[in-house]
Amino acid sequence: MVWLSNGAVVVVLALASLAGIAVRRNPLWHDAMRRLARRRPITLMALSVFGLIALLDSVCWVGGETGPGSGDAVAAYEARSLLDRWFEPESFRERSYSAPFAAEEFYGAAPLEHPGEHWLGTDVLGRDVFFLTLKGFRVALLIGGFTSLIVIPIALAFGIAAGYFGGRVDDAVFFLISTLASIPSLLLLIALIMVLGRGTTQVCIALGITSWVSLARLVRAETFRLRELDYVEAARALGVSEFQIILRHILPNLAHLVVITFVLLFSSMVLAETILAYLGVGVDGSWGQMIDRAKDEFSRDPVVWWNLSAASAALFALLLSVNLLGDALRDVLDPRTLREL
Amino acid sequence: MWAYVVRRLLYGFITVLGVLFLLFLLFFTVANPEDIARKAVGEKASPEVYAQWLENHGYDRPLFVNPEYPTSSLARYTDTLLASHYHDMLTFDFGRSDADDTPISARLREGALPSLLLTFPVFLGGLLFSIALSLLIALFRDTYIDRMAVVLCVAAMSIATLLYIIFGQFLIGKVLRWFPISGFSGDPAVVWRFLALPVMIGILASLGPDIRFYRTIFLEEAHRDYVRTARAKGCGEGSLMANHILRNAMLPILTRVVTTIPFLFVGSLLSENFFGIPGLGALTVEAINGNDFSTLRTMVYIGALLFIGAQILTDVTYTIADPRVRLG
Repeated sequence: MVWLSNGAVVVVLALASLAGIAVRRNPLWHDAMRRLARRRPITLMALSVFGLIALLDSVCWVGGETGPGSGDAVAAYEARSLLDRWFEPESFRERSYSAPFAAEEFYGAAPLEHPGEHWLGTDVLGRDVFFLTLKGFRVALLIGGFTSLIVIPIALAFGIAAGYFGGRVDDAVFFLISTLASIPSLLLLIALIMVLGRGTTQVCIALGITSWVSLARLVRAETFRLRELDYVEAARALGVSEFQIILRHILPNLAHLVVITFVLLFSSMVLAETILAYLGVGVDGSWGQMIDRAKDEFSRDPVVWWNLSAASAALFALLLSVNLLGDALRDVLDPRTLREL
Repeated sequence: MWAYVVRRLLYGFITVLGVLFLLFLLFFTVANPEDIARKAVGEKASPEVYAQWLENHGYDRPLFVNPEYPTSSLARYTDTLLASHYHDMLTFDFGRSDADDTPISARLREGALPSLLLTFPVFLGGLLFSIALSLLIALFRDTYIDRMAVVLCVAAMSIATLLYIIFGQFLIGKVLRWFPISGFSGDPAVVWRFLALPVMIGILASLGPDIRFYRTIFLEEAHRDYVRTARAKGCGEGSLMANHILRNAMLPILTRVVTTIPFLFVGSLLSENFFGIPGLGALTVEAINGNDFSTLRTMVYIGALLFIGAQILTDVTYTIADPRVRLG
């Protein structure tokens, strides 16, 4: 799993720099991004911080000190991320619940090993809640990011094929789209996970299958419009191959749709995961799972509020930033066609 | 008109057939009956018990082609799981649950009323509140009130349904003690007390995205020429909103209403389980936890049927609501 996690970091950074270069080269996109930065500076800053936390939790390697006095033999052979090395969760823990900044345990008032150092308290197993919450950023970005890696190519392939070639291809794709779209997405999601089995990859694949339809529909409609434009007609008359036309003339004109839908899908996928977590089929370490585990603590007396509040606040912060970004992106890139998403 | 309705119904039926094929792929080939049987009777069961279970639940046939019959016979293709799956689903013969052998249709009939009691008020209340509020916000367009409302809506959209339920239950049920925290009763005189809290939370959770969407529609209409004409002729802002803008915005509202119908199911999935309402959502959750594939399959099928029916209804209503829509 070490190479997978580090490989993902490399891929993400490479894609990000490629996108950055592409934006810089294209004056229209460059201008749009500048306007975006002017409109939502705080949101962009918050999102970069979230991304950085996820990055810190993704770069990992085996070996090194496991922390003084932990005596955990297994931990020495597990890959630990930068975040793990910073917090050293093997030793930075208590026996059970403790409130934020508390000097003693919540039940029984025994003195803590790290009094006043747990900013958000500890959970039932004594793990630091601040650390767990930070780890959730990587999981949430993984749910959104990995899924979109599945969604975008499929949706583009089907949408462009249907919109560009029309006829039988369009009939077939449209039938597939309308069939998938007529199953309520949450039920389809649950059915897929029941059938595929539980686990992070399965959840991402299931989320991908349920959410490519909306993008494919948009791409199809937009391609229909684009293929009738004069310059596409001209290219066809000059004998440019279909593949070249799609690559040169259709695809770049769909880029804004992909960007906007990606951002909007991201938040809906993270939201869907919280429901799955409640149903017991979510992703390990997600905020949804934290919320699900903490919901019973919330009805205790005296109430154990920090677990639930930390996960909820982090979830809210991420979704709010993503939704605000999506709104601004839509205004900047395409105020017209994407009203319904 | 009738030709259009018939054609639309026919396409809906073909979509249902497509959904059924998808369900077959998922529940019979990806998760094959042997896995389901092993989960139901346990790993250590004897081969006889195992075969008996498969037979009892109608899984003891080949998937696509039955080699027991000669090639010329039609039964080679009809005596298969695929054919019986289509037959059972289309005739609404859902069989028995994989987990506890109760007839699924009986469970559905029991769960339908509590579910409807919950989702219908949420649906209606949410629609009325969000349209009224968004009309009000549209009245204050281009002011700080409007901008604040949009930010609030985006914030409300960023809160997971799960959190609405947890915090709503805590605040109203536990701190304020207005309504019981959870439970259900068959007695119509008492049942509203149990439903009030989930309905309130359901409406609240739907407000954010709905208000934002309706506001966009109303603002779009508010910039049209006929609005300016009406205003120039001395029409007041209130009557303008109610008589002109609302009526012209009906079509997009209609589309939105239909697309939210399947989401009603989503909302009730969580809140039924949270508030102990014995409806269809709770049945689904039970099926997930009990590896009850046949019940889940039926639920997905019914959800899809409802959605396809609602879509046909919208398309037909469109032609009534807007005479400009061509029947093509």
